[in-house]
Amino acid sequence: MSSFVLLTISALGLAGLYFLLASGLSLIFGLMSVLNLAHGAFFAVGGYAAWFVMDSLDALSPGPRFVVAVLASAAVGAVAGAVVELGLIRKLYGKHTEQILLTIGLGTAAVALMGGWFTFDPRLLAQPAWFGNTTAILGANVPNNRLLILGVAILLFAGLMVFLTRTRHGLIIRAGVENPSMVRALGIDVSRSFTLVFSIGGLLAGVGGALGAVFFNGINPSLGTAQLIFAFIVVVIGGLGSIPGTAVASVLVALTQVYVNNYGATGMGSISVVVLLAAILLIRPQGLLGKVQA
Amino acid sequence: MPFGIPGLFTGPIQSAGTLQVLAVGLVLAGLAMSYDVIFGYTGLLSFGHALPFALGVYGTNLLMEHLGIQYPLAVVAAVIGNLAVAAILGAVALRTAGVAFAMVTLAFAEAFALLVLTDPFRFLGGEEGLTLASDYVPDIFRGVVNLRYIYWLALLFAVFVFVVAWRLVSSKAGRVFAAIRENEPRVEMLGLRPFQFKLASFVISSGLAALGGSVYLLVVRGANAGTTSAEFTLSILVMVVLGGAGKLWGAALGGLVYGILSLRLSSLANSDAIAGLPQWLSGPLSEPLFILGALFVLLMLFAPGGISSIITRTRSA
Repeated sequence: MSSFVLLTISALGLAGLYFLLASGLSLIFGLMSVLNLAHGAFFAVGGYAAWFVMDSLDALSPGPRFVVAVLASAAVGAVAGAVVELGLIRKLYGKHTEQILLTIGLGTAAVALMGGWFTFDPRLLAQPAWFGNTTAILGANVPNNRLLILGVAILLFAGLMVFLTRTRHGLIIRAGVENPSMVRALGIDVSRSFTLVFSIGGLLAGVGGALGAVFFNGINPSLGTAQLIFAFIVVVIGGLGSIPGTAVASVLVALTQVYVNNYGATGMGSISVVVLLAAILLIRPQGLLGKVQA
Repeated sequence: MPFGIPGLFTGPIQSAGTLQVLAVGLVLAGLAMSYDVIFGYTGLLSFGHALPFALGVYGTNLLMEHLGIQYPLAVVAAVIGNLAVAAILGAVALRTAGVAFAMVTLAFAEAFALLVLTDPFRFLGGEEGLTLASDYVPDIFRGVVNLRYIYWLALLFAVFVFVVAWRLVSSKAGRVFAAIRENEPRVEMLGLRPFQFKLASFVISSGLAALGGSVYLLVVRGANAGTTSAEFTLSILVMVVLGGAGKLWGAALGGLVYGILSLRLSSLANSDAIAGLPQWLSGPLSEPLFILGALFVLLMLFAPGGISSIITRTRSA
């Protein structure tokens, strides 16, 4: 029983990471019809920002230092997202295929750039001591870092939902996902929402990168891209443009992957996720909670 | 008559190194053309085109190694097998469209990639891949001294794909492909069933890709897990767009250029010219993928029609 609890909470931690990576993708595609294949780079950039803070800010003790590290990764991710949108994506306004292809080139170049600067060897993040400790939950000893990742992900999910439902900008984004031409016809400048959405996506992915460096025991330039495929699967299963859908799908995908890897054969977990995707797409092409027709 | 293109190739055209690079480029040209049929002409954004190619590479080798079949027969068997697989997978995947279709094709390709990497039944070679079962390969293709014949085979393959693809897209069916790309609902209203045409396009291009895989097996003398990856599928897309989607010669050019560049860029990256630069420049520039990625971004911004559009632009200017 205790190993089941441990496995489940670990899987939920992974689900948190998937959510952080996938929610930005979902919003970006839902609003802009752009498949941002460079999203993994935002993840890696955030991870490196966090590593940099943990490595250099000796003045602070590890606990608060980690908080600063996460904030740094969020800020760096947000800026990266905004810069990419303003500098590159915007130049190809309306040309969706070209935008997707640009993100492919950008993602490849960004990962190679980081590899050139930092090498491809994983860098370990210095972590506060209590990350390594465990807490007893339902008879299982759960590593604290898993709980932290889950907690941060839930916090950001709540924050994102509040932003989308309670603020004007969030309302514009949701309207834009449903009907971009109508929003423009109402005289609202959708392009600002595009930058905002890219920025939010970058922020979430950046935090994901910082936490991912903890979860995967090290940050390397390709870490985000390796997880990006699962993030896309999560986005499609959950429904493009739907944040609650992304959250549900993250949990579903992570649980499937971890359970099959443990109770089935190792390595079959990822394949079963792929099968899950195909199955859901055949039964319900718009995803679990999606409104946008894929 | 030996001649070389200094800077681009290390030796004269007949040298083994240059022939190898050209052979790779030609196989990729054929592969790119096969992808152009579904992507450029029929408008299907498939993220799984690495799958038939990889199945061609692995399938041919496994058939030779485990069933003792000679290379030519193994190639035929692998291609036919791929046509069947593509028909089944296509029938499933084409029930969706757009992004969902891209995701399903990606998922199928990823499943195979994972199968190869985890190698549960211990015959797919995992990360190290498989070595060529050269016992079953005709003598004419064995050994570095016969590299020129492999080169001719690659050239033959590229020409074959061009001929088949050209006949296909110029035919009446090919015009339906283009119509589906432009306005699928209209095709339906005209009384045609797009599904059959999309499936045909998908299956034929997969067959061509599988054939390419069989040839590639000889060119690189083995099966490599890299050909199953999502990165490779994306690079096929890059090749076609680089050259110019919707034009066969554009796609072929893109495949050739990409193949040559990706092999030659690494020696540029390790050259002294780069090493002399300050670390923040030389680091990224010594990564071939950085140069390729950055070039692609610039291409998308300034010449989305690919190299072929630049060529036609300068011709008409």
